[in-house]
Amino acid sequence: MIKKLASYVKEYKIYAILTPLVMIGEVVMEVLIPLVTADIISSLENKTATLGYIAQKGALMVLMAVISLIFGALGGTFGSRASMGFAKNLRSALFAKVQDFSFGNVDHFSTSSLITRLTTDVNHVQMSFMMLIRSAFRSPIMLVCAVIMAVRVNSRLATVFLIAIPILALSFILISTNAHPRFKAMLKKYDGLNATVQENLIAIRIVKAFVREKHEIEKFELSADEVRIAQKRAEKLIILNMPIMQLVMHGSIIAVLYFGGKLIGVGEFDLGQMTGFLTYIGQTLTSLMMLSMLFMMMIISVAAAKRICEVLDEVPDIADGEGNSAARLKDGSVEFQNVSFSYHKDPENLNLSGIDLSVKSGETIGIIGGTGSGKTSLVQLIPRLYDALEGKVLVGGRDVKEYSLKTLRNGVAMVLQKNVLFSGTIRENLLWGNENATQEEIEEACRNADAHNFISSFPDGYETMLGQGGVNVSGGQKQRLCIARALLKKPKIIILDDSTSAVDTATDAKIRSAFRTKLEGTTTFIIAQRISSVQDADRIVVMDDGRICDVGTHEQLLETSEIYREVYTSQQKGEND
Amino acid sequence: MPPPKRPPEKPKNVAATLKRVFSYLSESKFLLIVFFCCVVFSAGSQVLGGYLLRPIVDEGIKPLIGHVDDPVRMSKFIWMLVRMGLVYGMGALSAWLYSRIMLSVSTKALLRIRTQLFRSMESLPIRFFDNRTHGELMSLYTNDVDTMREMLSNSLANIVSGLITLVGFFVVMLVLSWQLTLVVLVSLFVMTYVTKTIGGNSAKFFIRQQGALGKVNGYIEEMIEGQKVVKVFCHEDQARADFEVLNGELCHAATRAHTFANILMPIMNNLNHINYALVATVGAGLAIYFPSVLSTGTLIAFLTCSNQFSRPFSQMSQQINSILTALAGAERIFRVIDEKPEEDNGYVTLVYAEEDENGNLRETDHRTGIWAWRHPHKAEGTVTYTKVQGKVELDGVTFGYVPEKTVLKNVSLYAKPGQKIAFVGSTGAGKTTITNLINRFYDVPDGKIRYDGININKIKKADLRRSLSMVLQDPHLFSGTVLDNIRYGKLDATDEECIAAAKLANADAFIRHLPQGYHTYISGDGSNLSQGQVQLLNIARAAVADPPVLILDEATSSIDTRTEALIEKGMDRLMEGRTVFVIAHRLSTVRNSNAIMVLENGEIIERGDHDDLIAQRGKYYQLYTGAFELS
Repeated sequence: MIKKLASYVKEYKIYAILTPLVMIGEVVMEVLIPLVTADIISSLENKTATLGYIAQKGALMVLMAVISLIFGALGGTFGSRASMGFAKNLRSALFAKVQDFSFGNVDHFSTSSLITRLTTDVNHVQMSFMMLIRSAFRSPIMLVCAVIMAVRVNSRLATVFLIAIPILALSFILISTNAHPRFKAMLKKYDGLNATVQENLIAIRIVKAFVREKHEIEKFELSADEVRIAQKRAEKLIILNMPIMQLVMHGSIIAVLYFGGKLIGVGEFDLGQMTGFLTYIGQTLTSLMMLSMLFMMMIISVAAAKRICEVLDEVPDIADGEGNSAARLKDGSVEFQNVSFSYHKDPENLNLSGIDLSVKSGETIGIIGGTGSGKTSLVQLIPRLYDALEGKVLVGGRDVKEYSLKTLRNGVAMVLQKNVLFSGTIRENLLWGNENATQEEIEEACRNADAHNFISSFPDGYETMLGQGGVNVSGGQKQRLCIARALLKKPKIIILDDSTSAVDTATDAKIRSAFRTKLEGTTTFIIAQRISSVQDADRIVVMDDGRICDVGTHEQLLETSEIYREVYTSQQKGEND
Repeated sequence: MPPPKRPPEKPKNVAATLKRVFSYLSESKFLLIVFFCCVVFSAGSQVLGGYLLRPIVDEGIKPLIGHVDDPVRMSKFIWMLVRMGLVYGMGALSAWLYSRIMLSVSTKALLRIRTQLFRSMESLPIRFFDNRTHGELMSLYTNDVDTMREMLSNSLANIVSGLITLVGFFVVMLVLSWQLTLVVLVSLFVMTYVTKTIGGNSAKFFIRQQGALGKVNGYIEEMIEGQKVVKVFCHEDQARADFEVLNGELCHAATRAHTFANILMPIMNNLNHINYALVATVGAGLAIYFPSVLSTGTLIAFLTCSNQFSRPFSQMSQQINSILTALAGAERIFRVIDEKPEEDNGYVTLVYAEEDENGNLRETDHRTGIWAWRHPHKAEGTVTYTKVQGKVELDGVTFGYVPEKTVLKNVSLYAKPGQKIAFVGSTGAGKTTITNLINRFYDVPDGKIRYDGININKIKKADLRRSLSMVLQDPHLFSGTVLDNIRYGKLDATDEECIAAAKLANADAFIRHLPQGYHTYISGDGSNLSQGQVQLLNIARAAVADPPVLILDEATSSIDTRTEALIEKGMDRLMEGRTVFVIAHRLSTVRNSNAIMVLENGEIIERGDHDDLIAQRGKYYQLYTGAFELS
């Protein structure tokens, strides 16, 4: 996993390698400086100091500080370049990967989880990476160097480390390993709290309509209190870090003062060496603490890294056509040959089975059936949003798998049931269908979708800004914009998946009549709840439970299909009294 | 959910906001005092410990030279060490104590802030929610409360202790040698300058980074939410290219921001070293040529102090930024808390009632099946009761969500108890707006809407809404079991009542097919159910509430017509004896209404029952026949 992620450092590799290297430079200087200060103090103590000597040592120290500063600043610069660059590459790779995902892949992760992985998780990994390259070398090297220097100054006193380091390391390890599950528990409670808030935002009208504010507040208070308790439980451990660190550090200092004082008494040690030694204690123990923080951060971000890798490792389950990728759609004919399909690729749990249907180019096909009968599944196979489990889907006389996805989907326009507009102007949204469309073409498509009139009624017309998801147009207007956007593709086949459900019947009829007269040669599939939307189609397919039960014209079906008749009467009821 | 696309802000009024944040902590004043004492003590012990070093060296170690075996000198040395140990030990203890106190106090404060925020949010009018994205409000609970947590649990203590250490060391240095302190002041000046420049740059780029990050995250959200559309339009390459641009900008800003943040520490550290060299040189000069001014022992102690002096300084400079961010977040939170709650001057309440043989109403405390409006008359000091029947009148209602744009123009209608009134018209004609006004999601001027003859502005909102049940266009469920969700309509409903309501809505069959039947847990707004099933549960929820007035806003639009036909009987039973307002696209759903209102551009252009309207040959006739003939 680490190897996989590391491969995204790419062009920033040089910085990622340089960072720890220059950090070593900084560490070396930082470890050497106390030697100089020790010399200064010793000479002062022994009354051997001359101003020249001190000034010389001082100049040396300034020089070392400048070198250390340069290394440190370089480390900071390289570190941020490497880690921000790494995050950029990772984000790009993830985003590009998601673009390659099929509908099946997107369903697998769910939209909200994909978003978290691309945003929060990447941020986590980025921060850990920066800390890693800046400290993973620096702290251990500092630790080792400081211990070596201390031993060099006085090996007998250095036994203090033998006690201090294990005590501190052990308590850090105990604290972080115990805190980790508690933090996980806290995050879970936190998710629960956020879910309550989100629910209330989405369904505020229901909360208010049923006067359930109090009820919701009680629910919220309960989970907010759970968050409080969990947070307290987790952080209770973390706040031990600092005092323990202080205790061990000061304990060591006192021990050094005691043993060092005795050594000085017998003349085996001097005061200058002692101050140097005390600095090394500080350096050793702080780097140990840094390491424990690093450890903690790594534990937390492993989960994030795992989630990122899952996305990167996901194999897009629809690949570009292997055959003649230059092939164009000959015409708008569609043929299903004994097709079965399952969202879970499970032959035991089929969403479509035994589909045989042949549609001539230019035909208009209506599809009717209850919720879950497989209408949407059926049409999604045409632009290859999903692949059939068995059997073949032919478009323009060729297996859909032989086309490149781009060619196929440019030839087949689909207006999805759950459709989306993007933030930007109406024109920008429409240009998704064809980026080179002229104003005339845009207006024509909008007229056919009965959208031109309402667009023109806006003060800014086609330049009206749409909020994210098209929040500032009504449901029916949104659907008409989506249809217009699809029409701009000038497709051979157009599929309307319940795309006029929010449009009133008269407008619906207007759109259909435009389709019939203006888009004569285009094969049209219309999925609808209303019989009126499909009754004038060339043929109507009646679906039930993943199968086609009847095919025919409105009149034929009224004769032969029981289901169709049932639907018809349910919508006609009272019509003929 | 749209991302918070808000530009990063700086707090507007630091002092006032800080004071208000403190007010959340001040509940436990005693603990706060202990907290401050501990912080002061912990910081003081650091300074004191450093100060004690000089006597230990001068009076403990030095006399020991050559006299290690002298027990008097030795015990004095040990005693001094014990004293130092005590000081440091108490310091560590008080450090732990103040963190522990702060943890308790701050988690409690956060709980109160969260709850208050939520309480206030629940009390706000619908208009507030209509004008804001969910992401914007969500980020109050996530980002803003989080940064506040960070501030309360770390930054405050750090700043206080940093300040005390700084002042303490400064005083100690001043006592040791004012001449050398002057040298330190020069260095301090340089350090302040560097911190300000680098810190300022860092803050600037952090703000830019937050902006860029918001854009990138927003783009990710929008594109991933629309991923299927992106695929259908082969827009992948374009999306990738656009993303690269935004991502590049983010990388640029983030690199700059972190570079400045990263280099601050090494610069401060090494400036400190340079300061040390400077003090040592000047001090040595003084000690050698003017030994009366400065002893070497004092110089050593001074050097130790000045070495520690810069640490709290750089620590504090790092905290300032996070405190400012937290305060900006706190201001956003307080703005919502201060938002004016839904106004409610209503005083007429809904009560259970029973009728005596003379037909007089009497208030009771148990459910009787009869409801009454309790109408106190202040002037006379009397109370009258009106039976809830479900008579609704609109009298020349004109309304717009914003003053410039009227949505409803002079709408009048009269619904007798038990009548079914339907609204028909194209999207945007104002159908939903009427229902929004009846349950006072939005308010209209006095006297324009009356419920059982009472001006609805006089009725307490909660009671008004309790007397109405709504099934909305966008059905929603809450996390909880199926049963919990149905019971939402009437919290004290028994399981049997809930199941009966589910049967009425024809939801019983599919519920029994769920893995745990009525006890199946529903999460994520019913993502494991189909849209139609969610709607059926919403109908069941309205049914269990058993209100005198029912509002169905496109309640059956996501149910296919066959299922609709199946639940029709249930719906008929549900509507029986109630005043019902129906909004529907499918004209088949509204045709048996007592009155149908055809709305266009906020005006009722036709009214009457189905046959009347067909006979009028107007808009309704066009709509009705258009569905079947205009093709």
